[in-house]
Amino acid sequence: MLKIADKTFHSRLFTGTGKFSSSVEMEAALVASASELVTVALKRVELKNDDDDILLKLKHPHISLLPNTSGVRNAKEAVFAAQMAREALETNWIKLEIHPDPKYLMPDPIETLLATEELAKLGFVVLPYIHADPVLCKRLEDVGTSAVMPLGSPIGSNKGLKTIDFLGIIISQSNVPVIIDAGIGSPSDAAWAMEIGADAVLVNTAIAIAGDPVKMAKAFKIAVEAGRMAFEARLGAVHAEAVASSPLTSFLDEQIY
Amino acid sequence: MSSFTDIFRQYDWQEVSQSILNKTRKDVEHALNAGSGSLEDFKALISPAAAPYLEQMAQISQQLTRKRFGKVIQMYVPMYLSNECNNICTYCGFSYDNKVRRKTLSSIEIMEEVAAIKGMGYDHVLLVTGEANQSVHTDYFKKTLDLIKPHFAHISMEVQPLDLEDYQELTPYGLNTVLVYQETYHEEDYKKHHPKGKKSNFQYRLETPDRLGQAGIHKMGLGVLIGLEDWRTDSFFTALHLSYLEKRYWQSKYSISFPRLRPFSGGLEPKVVMNDRELVQLICAYRIFNQEIELSISTRESVSFRNNIIKLGITSISAGSKTNPGGYAVEPQSLEQFEISDERSAAEIAQMISAQGYEPVWKDWDLSLTKV
Repeated sequence: MLKIADKTFHSRLFTGTGKFSSSVEMEAALVASASELVTVALKRVELKNDDDDILLKLKHPHISLLPNTSGVRNAKEAVFAAQMAREALETNWIKLEIHPDPKYLMPDPIETLLATEELAKLGFVVLPYIHADPVLCKRLEDVGTSAVMPLGSPIGSNKGLKTIDFLGIIISQSNVPVIIDAGIGSPSDAAWAMEIGADAVLVNTAIAIAGDPVKMAKAFKIAVEAGRMAFEARLGAVHAEAVASSPLTSFLDEQIY
Repeated sequence: MSSFTDIFRQYDWQEVSQSILNKTRKDVEHALNAGSGSLEDFKALISPAAAPYLEQMAQISQQLTRKRFGKVIQMYVPMYLSNECNNICTYCGFSYDNKVRRKTLSSIEIMEEVAAIKGMGYDHVLLVTGEANQSVHTDYFKKTLDLIKPHFAHISMEVQPLDLEDYQELTPYGLNTVLVYQETYHEEDYKKHHPKGKKSNFQYRLETPDRLGQAGIHKMGLGVLIGLEDWRTDSFFTALHLSYLEKRYWQSKYSISFPRLRPFSGGLEPKVVMNDRELVQLICAYRIFNQEIELSISTRESVSFRNNIIKLGITSISAGSKTNPGGYAVEPQSLEQFEISDERSAAEIAQMISAQGYEPVWKDWDLSLTKV
């Protein structure tokens, strides 16, 4: 089971609430995904009233809310938004999204580091959305992040794991859970992320805009489970064959002394 | 400091016009396959040569829009604060030389309008005025923003262009988005259509988005009034402006609107008529050119056009709009800026959107995100 801060998760598939054609369809897909951590944009929900349609649909005992700060442009705004979320939604978990560039939604590493440090001091469980930057991941660990969420490719692009080599480095040296966020376009991408040792993936667009979001959610659920199982079964064995042929040193075995 | 004017001066209207007309089917096919987002590709997509490719363009546009924005349509509504205006604009119902009763809403009247708009379900309001700098000025806007801020998650403005300092002053009051349409990028014709008033200064208007960018505004809306001039050439200049702004003010979001000249009492006949097929072509061309741009459609368009455009690339829509100050509650019968075409209520439009498998989104911003 995956443990992040004080919570444990059976499912390693985290999901989001955007882009669905209706809140009813969103609820059905998220239930089908068996996801236990669902991110919701603060800007989309009505924090003042308790009859927000999205929030009502997320009221399932197995679902924890992960509010995100999408829309803020710097650390100061992010800290303020996180505090708002904590008050209104009664959770100290926050998905930190600081992308001042509204076109490609690229995360700002400097502001993200500053905000993570501040929020960790304030007692938040911080899950920052970042570029696949191994050094930034270590710096975030130093200031108290609870996990890291490097991107596979730009948000909503469905382009898959373009950053695969850097994700590998991040996973190999991380002391906190690594959640691959953004760009996962198909169940095979999700399975691949899990096979290389990601602790979890976050998928939204690929489910929400699928022809049949509920069926696609199930497909992702199975893919994530399969990928994790493959990782635990030690995929590494595949490399053994190539190594065994030893074309450069096999002559040593043939020599007669 | 340099501005868009420096770029704009490097182009010649006639040359651009001719270059769009010269685009061939081969150019269009390249634009459809390349996905490069270049301005030359955009020219091909808005050219007459692209007309036979309309269905293909619509399919690409739908797919790109769904990927980026999802199956959702943002809902907003205009609130006209004033029809006082010192400008003469040949196409506008509020033009200074038009004999209509002038009105600027008082605080009490604004709150009556707010109550009516909230009753329709809106959380995003667009404040609209003419240009009357003596009575409808930055202080008036500050007072209005202060009044309405507790009631809306997202506040946009479509008022006279202001100075950089004004925009800087208004942002902390909750101003998120400013729409400022160039009307036309044809400088000589611009002067014919705006013979009097501050609006006659073409360059000041042209540089307004620069000032907005410098003020760090969250979103700005661009566009031309379709019908004043050749829409293809005007749209090219809009795209040129957009490309410049995106690179320079990279922290701002952008939206495009496509207002087609509508009749009003004693109004101007369009010089160039754009038909529905051409408007669809333009919308799809923008989407293929720029996958992140927000595309907005107003109640100027007809019921059937609006029903069918939902799935083709549009991301936001207004509904139940009134284009007269006090139109929702205070003085529903006063003279409108232009006649709206789709008179269905916000609830009816929301239902129409849902019926097509899209979700109408009323709230997609929160003032607390900017600590307002």
